[in-house]
Amino acid sequence: MNLHEFQGKRLFQGVGIPIPRGQVAESPDQARATAADLHGPVVVKAQVHAGGRGKAGGVLRAEDPEEAAQHAARILGMEIRGLKVRKVLVEEAIAIDHELYLGFTLDRSTGTHAAMLSSVGGVDIEDVATRNPEAIMKVHLHPHLGLQAHHVRRLVHGTDLDLAQKVALGQVIRGLWRLYSESDCSLAEINPLAVLHDGRLVAADSKMDLDDNALFRHPEWVDLREVAEEDPLERRARELGLSYVRLDGEVGILGNGAGLVMTTLDVVRRVGGRAANFLDVGGGAQAGLVREAMRLVLDDPRVRGILFNIFGGITRCDEVARGILAGLEDLEVQVPMVIRLSGTNQEEGRRLLSERGLQTADSMTEAAARIVALTRPDGGNR
Amino acid sequence: MSILIDASTRVLVQGLTGKEGRFHAQQMIESGTRVVAGVTPGRGGQQVLGVPVFDSVPEAIQATGANASLVFVPPAAAADACLEALEADLPLVVCITEGVPVHDMVAVRAESLRRGARLLGPNCPGLISPGKCKLGIMPAGIFSSGPVGVVSRSGTLTYQVVDELTRAGLGQTTCVGIGGDPVLGTGFLEILQLFEQDPETRAVALIGEIGGTAEEDAALWIRDSRLSVVAFIAGQTAPPGKRMGHAGAIVSGSGGTAQAKVEAFRAAGVHVAETTTEMVQELQRLLECNS
Repeated sequence: MNLHEFQGKRLFQGVGIPIPRGQVAESPDQARATAADLHGPVVVKAQVHAGGRGKAGGVLRAEDPEEAAQHAARILGMEIRGLKVRKVLVEEAIAIDHELYLGFTLDRSTGTHAAMLSSVGGVDIEDVATRNPEAIMKVHLHPHLGLQAHHVRRLVHGTDLDLAQKVALGQVIRGLWRLYSESDCSLAEINPLAVLHDGRLVAADSKMDLDDNALFRHPEWVDLREVAEEDPLERRARELGLSYVRLDGEVGILGNGAGLVMTTLDVVRRVGGRAANFLDVGGGAQAGLVREAMRLVLDDPRVRGILFNIFGGITRCDEVARGILAGLEDLEVQVPMVIRLSGTNQEEGRRLLSERGLQTADSMTEAAARIVALTRPDGGNR
Repeated sequence: MSILIDASTRVLVQGLTGKEGRFHAQQMIESGTRVVAGVTPGRGGQQVLGVPVFDSVPEAIQATGANASLVFVPPAAAADACLEALEADLPLVVCITEGVPVHDMVAVRAESLRRGARLLGPNCPGLISPGKCKLGIMPAGIFSSGPVGVVSRSGTLTYQVVDELTRAGLGQTTCVGIGGDPVLGTGFLEILQLFEQDPETRAVALIGEIGGTAEEDAALWIRDSRLSVVAFIAGQTAPPGKRMGHAGAIVSGSGGTAQAKVEAFRAAGVHVAETTTEMVQELQRLLECNS
């Protein structure tokens, strides 16, 4: 789960990392009031889960409360990379001398946590890593003991800050590590970590990614989830316990197992179609869940046909067939369906379907080719 | 021959009394695996499927001589269950559980490395040496014994490939599911090294997917090894920044793309199959060349 900048900054405040004064606003009036409270120039920043907010016009400086309200009116409702902006952060403008980067992240290749500090901040750290790798200091942390004092010394030592600033940076590093480790983050980033003209260090932005698997031990996260911003179909899938990602094609996909479903999307593309979604019903799915999954796929208005791709292991083909038949009874299915059922109890599953006049495909490629032909704008008649 | 498990493997099931544990223990027993003990704290002294249940891993090992463990414990307690097995000096621990917090796995993985034990998973289907032992949840019926080693990040996709292998008359030495999480006990590389040592494994099917750099690391190693490998990468059309079912299947920034993996394999002289069917054909061709 990704956090918005303002949510991350609230967490920063809790661990003593300095942030600019400010408040989140959902209307131009709120933005005006906050700007008035802050006495002076402010920055109005779109709160949206996408990079490149500045370039998209989602970050604007305002000299007075009236201008802040105007900027908020412009930014609220704007779309950045397809995501609608519902909130802005109104913050005091800060006088930045130069910018650093600080982050803690999961290093997948070593299976450890790593700290990264760079003298080049305010830009994508990946770009720095490619163009200017010596500008990044990376320290792998002890998998059991975490961040130690010598790690902090190594990171701080590499900067050209003065002594007081190095002490302050050390505190920011410790604070961010505390947050990262206590909040089950897979990423905690301050980019940029601004060094101001008056010498202070301030977190000018925040990027935090929380491990969804750790939700059970973080009841406080429930309030962090911005349900209104979730795609409604993705939200319903999450509540049903289904793994679903909305894509931009026209072929609805329903399969079992993440790898098999990913491969199904790839095969559909190979034969000239585009998947409307990724949907994994998981292992051992019962008929009721299959029916609900079918409903979910069909509720996407762009879906012009459904491809079922089931390889039964723990999942039983007859159970899936019952789910499909139940779906046909409950739902008004007006799009073509192609069903591929293999594995455990495939004969029984295919028999149940053929009794109702439904044909099955023998292979994934054949099934994909058939559904793509059926979902072409001309209905495959060419 | 096979890697990691064979007919002498004595299996302990942690979480045997739960729904999943019981179901899969039964399947394992039916496929000829020696399931010798179960562990569920507070249920010691009971029997499930004729298998004795113990309160702790050390007790189970002492009474039954178990030498491998399969973990079906729910996510909140899975790391603890793995640690208990590792501290009892079990050389092989397989964690089936999906949804284990990644910070927990960083610690468990480090502990398994420190002890020189083999941890597989989490979020994996386990492993099987057809006809000898099944330490996992895969449908045993589609497997057959033969010269192909299989290593994969995915469950169902592996079944798809194995089913096609078996139909083509290509049996398997051992099939290993390493798991779909970002931090795993064992990666592609370690399994490939074991296959290289196995005289009966004459070709390997490697089934990767988007996210991380485990495939790239494997490719570098394969370049200098004598192992014949055919690769397949799932998620070629997945959009960046979206988690595709598996916690580890995500392209973040410019990292973990299918394209980078395909290029790494091609640079190492490894054939990357476009479809599972092509993967099986290429393995067949390799085996004919090698014989």
